[in-house]
Amino acid sequence: MIEVKNISKSFAGNAVLKNVSVNFHPGKVNFIIGRSGSGKSVLTKCIVGLMEVDEGEIFFDERNFTILDRWDRKDIRQEMGMLFQGSALFSSLTVEENILFPLQMFSSMAKSEMLDRVNVCLKRVNLEGKNKLYPSELSGGMQKRTGIARAIALNPRYLFCDEPNSGLDPQTAIVIDNLIREITYEFNSTTVVISHDMNSVLETGDHINFIYQGELSWKGNKQEILHTENEALNNFVFPSKFMQQIREKLKG
Amino acid sequence: MLSVYFHIGKYFLLMVSTFTKPEKRRIYWKLIVQEIDKIGLQSLGIVALLSLFMGAVVTLQTAANIDSGWIPRWTIGYTTRQTMILEFSSTIVCLILSGKVGGNIASEIGTMRITEQIDAMEIMGINSASYLILPKIVAAMFIFPFLVVLSMFIGISAGAFVGYTAGVTSLNDFEYGLQYDFEMWQVSYSLVKSFFFAFIITSVSAFHGFYTNGGPREVGASSTRAVVYSMVLILIANYVLTQLLLL
Repeated sequence: MIEVKNISKSFAGNAVLKNVSVNFHPGKVNFIIGRSGSGKSVLTKCIVGLMEVDEGEIFFDERNFTILDRWDRKDIRQEMGMLFQGSALFSSLTVEENILFPLQMFSSMAKSEMLDRVNVCLKRVNLEGKNKLYPSELSGGMQKRTGIARAIALNPRYLFCDEPNSGLDPQTAIVIDNLIREITYEFNSTTVVISHDMNSVLETGDHINFIYQGELSWKGNKQEILHTENEALNNFVFPSKFMQQIREKLKG
Repeated sequence: MLSVYFHIGKYFLLMVSTFTKPEKRRIYWKLIVQEIDKIGLQSLGIVALLSLFMGAVVTLQTAANIDSGWIPRWTIGYTTRQTMILEFSSTIVCLILSGKVGGNIASEIGTMRITEQIDAMEIMGINSASYLILPKIVAAMFIFPFLVVLSMFIGISAGAFVGYTAGVTSLNDFEYGLQYDFEMWQVSYSLVKSFFFAFIITSVSAFHGFYTNGGPREVGASSTRAVVYSMVLILIANYVLTQLLLL
């Protein structure tokens, strides 16, 4: 479990996160949703340690991440996998080399074992045989799947996905959502997904956290989100008249 | 002024991070070899071309400026040697390499920064500064002295060839000039300078690339800054090293 306790973060006096406390559960797909600029990306960057918090603490299975220095954080970081919004694949490396990268850096496997592991990961994301292609030769969806394969190469306990569906067509987005959900259940990992895509939130979100103006404004599950009275959340989830009509029907 | 101190501090902190113990040495050796190819071997062409023409032009200009019959013809070989060894092959070649190598490093690392590839490394628990910068610094510090020696050889050979074919000096005179009052220490001085310049070019360019923030335009700006700062620092270091080593 990842526990975020009372964290705050400001940039040049501008408070982006205000006393946020939230828990992310193992074996579940935990969503962070919110409007652009609400602070969800900053929250995620603080959790993974790409940004330091001004106040508060973050615990990874009762290990206080915030008080650890760079070297002591390494152990926890090796248990993390992350899928970036733009995939963040190493452009000079092939698909195979991208997935090999964390294995070469941190595992003591023999080369043949590593290659086997790469092929298992590629098979898991339905990219068998694409080993020798470069990221520039892949479609957006394939890049995301390669990103997932790289993220799961070391069997992560914590999986972070930053806008995994951005730039994808609705059908490919569903494929990625299903993949994230299956991997979460398969590895029993604590998965944190940042998303704007309400389709994937309602489809795969086991726990949903709504960030509004730097604060945790609402938390619940996908059934509860349809019936909430939180105005900011309703405006976010049902922004158009069409969606509001759907909500009324659902309520009815 | 405060901003200058801030950036100097940031640079030194990055260097501390860069020179911390690497994760897996075997991987770093492989990276260093790749960087030697990228930084050094792929610069052979430009270094050879520049040195060839500079050696030839220095010879012709020296010959054209010797009006007095009191000045012996071997001065042409002597001047070409001194110009190539003391300044051109170390300082000027490194200034030019700061454009080629420095710009390349800054844009490569800058692009990795804006496409979150560096963040991806950090999240994996990899010391991205060490992984990306250390092999470049080591490779450049290793290969630059070889490039400088090559430049000296090509420049002086081109000078001898052009001087002879243009009829401004005989090969014997040129050779006498080359050997006249020769001190091996001057070659060492030049190599020591290139060693420092290699560090300046790679570390300063990597610094600018590493802290790129924004999009493609900022990568371009970082690349330009990397080249300008490297050049200025090379000129300052050239002065300081000359003062320290030659006088």
